[in-house]
Amino acid sequence: MPRRKIARSAKPRKPTVWKLKLYVAGQSPKSVRAFANLTVLCEQHLKGRYQIEVIDLLEHPHMARGDQIVAIPTLVIKLPAPVQKIIGDLSNTDRVLVGLALQQVV
Amino acid sequence: MRPTRKPRSSPSKVLPKALSGIQGFDEITAGGLPSGRPTLVSGGAGSGKTLFGLEFLVRGATQFHEPGVFMSFEETVPDLTKNAASLGFDLSRLVAEKKLFLDHVHISRSEIAETGEYDLDGLFIRIADAVQRVGARRIVLDTIETLFGALPNPAILRAEIRRLFSWLKDKGLTTIVTAERDRPEKLTRHGIEEFVSDCVIVLDHRTREEISTRRLRVVKYRGSTHGTNEYPFLIDEHGISVLPISSLGLDHPAPTARISTGITRLDGMMGGKGFFRGSSILMSGTSGTGKTSVAAHFVDAACRRGERCLYFAFEESPRQVVRNMRSIGIDLEPWLSKGLLQFHAARPTYAGIEEVLLVTHKHIARFSPHIVVVDPITNLLTVSTLNEVRSMLTRLIDFLKTKEITALFASLTAAGGFLEANEADISSLMDTWLLLKAIEVGGERNRALYVLKSRGMDHSNQIREFVLTDHGLRLLDVYLGPDGVLTGSARVSQEGREKAAGTTRRQQLEGRGRELDRKRQIFEARMTMLRAEFEVEEEVIQQTIAESKLLDKELLHDRGQMVRSREADVTAYTNGKPTHAARRR
Repeated sequence: MPRRKIARSAKPRKPTVWKLKLYVAGQSPKSVRAFANLTVLCEQHLKGRYQIEVIDLLEHPHMARGDQIVAIPTLVIKLPAPVQKIIGDLSNTDRVLVGLALQQVV
Repeated sequence: MRPTRKPRSSPSKVLPKALSGIQGFDEITAGGLPSGRPTLVSGGAGSGKTLFGLEFLVRGATQFHEPGVFMSFEETVPDLTKNAASLGFDLSRLVAEKKLFLDHVHISRSEIAETGEYDLDGLFIRIADAVQRVGARRIVLDTIETLFGALPNPAILRAEIRRLFSWLKDKGLTTIVTAERDRPEKLTRHGIEEFVSDCVIVLDHRTREEISTRRLRVVKYRGSTHGTNEYPFLIDEHGISVLPISSLGLDHPAPTARISTGITRLDGMMGGKGFFRGSSILMSGTSGTGKTSVAAHFVDAACRRGERCLYFAFEESPRQVVRNMRSIGIDLEPWLSKGLLQFHAARPTYAGIEEVLLVTHKHIARFSPHIVVVDPITNLLTVSTLNEVRSMLTRLIDFLKTKEITALFASLTAAGGFLEANEADISSLMDTWLLLKAIEVGGERNRALYVLKSRGMDHSNQIREFVLTDHGLRLLDVYLGPDGVLTGSARVSQEGREKAAGTTRRQQLEGRGRELDRKRQIFEARMTMLRAEFEVEEEVIQQTIAESKLLDKELLHDRGQMVRSREADVTAYTNGKPTHAARRR
């Protein structure tokens, strides 16, 4: 799977900052859960090295087009490159860590 | 086959429909797509689904004041714009005028990881935003099933798509959902037809005997009558046309003007005036019966009248036709150079029947001829079945009749078969049917022509033989003999016999004349002789008379002298001439 490759190649670079964008739709339960899960994870693993931008598509619907958002919630990892998208409420911590290049696929 | 519009007794009972604006489609669905509801358009790769959706939106925006949204899950916006341009649609202008909104939804599986529950609110929000921006009444989702390949967890996806459709219905958007059909037994790859229960249209692009044909079929249309046939359709620079010209009614004009066939005696066979203008003429015959020659006469006569002719040659090249017709004394070259005659030669096998129909229509529309010749229509059978040819011809003839174009269709009948059987189907569309026949008698084959039918006019019921001469086609009377009609050398020998009999009579007559002359000469000779004899006799007699007169005179004289000398009574001797003698006294 391509995802595995990305995770490996990203790891040795050890990025200094994680730029994250979380797309949500208002205060839907999934959106709220995703934000909570993400902040917990970042506090644990990337303390002081991350930026989270939360975009509420209900308020800015046109922004869905730029990042090609279809599913909600979607986490877009802008940095470290390459850009990745993680969909869902981020309850599967292992997968999120893989996406963040913090962990290899188990 | 012919849908009828539902009576509009109570509007609430009638399924509201949205005109698609796609040529011919609204006729077969009696008004278009179900308004405010989703329609599934399914078809294989390259079957025209995207274009169908695009035209639905463009027509809606330009003709029905219904702006639209195109959600593309496959093609990018620039690609879409480019493709639409090939159909003559200027998408960017419509976008600028806020009549259309294009959005490309791109998801790549490699970028996506699923980490828990999700929904498609992102997509919903995008659609809602797009709809709101242009005030859309129509929307196309092309092809939403792509999501199944891009997003994990099909169960969530199915539930979300179901939610999407009911949301679209709530919004009252007339929707086209396209779907890829990769197997004939299934309508869609992922079974989304279960969400679309109102209207299902299947597009097909199939190849049969190396010729591809596009077809459209309305598989299902809940609450509406619809044509259930497969309809051929075309995609060209003016968009999609289903049954390019489908006048379902029969209300074309019926001109009473007549035009010459170009063959005087053939005109004579049809009440002396020829064909009706705007009528359709079928001319059938086995090969080599002179169909093209009859057609060339017709064309030549029309061009002489200054009318434009369009000649579809499906068998011969224009050069070939011109050369061949020159051999029977018809020169089509001047008409070509004057622009009165135009050839369109192509083998129908180069394309499917709907392509042929399209090309035919396009040429007719561009040239607007008075006369169209199709030679031969039977070649269309090589690309299609009789049924398709019939339905194509129906449409073509309807089209020609509304334009009052006179059309001559040559039809090649299979040799040996019963001539009429093959064309019985087609013939009912035609007003006039000329049959060219090869009559085989006495080891030779001759051409004969007769008018099998000709609606609305007197026509001869006689079979005429015709011969192709250096000066064109000549119709001859056929001789009726004990074995039926006589043609060719049988006719010639009959003519010979009659000629021989005539010669004998003439010789007899001449002989009698000469005899009379001779008799007259004899008579005159005799007359001359008699007159000569008479003259001789007359001369002799005259002479005798003169002599005897002289004698008398001398006698008298002598006697006078004698009397004087005798001093006798003179009167006694002058019995005959007393006064004479007395006076002298």
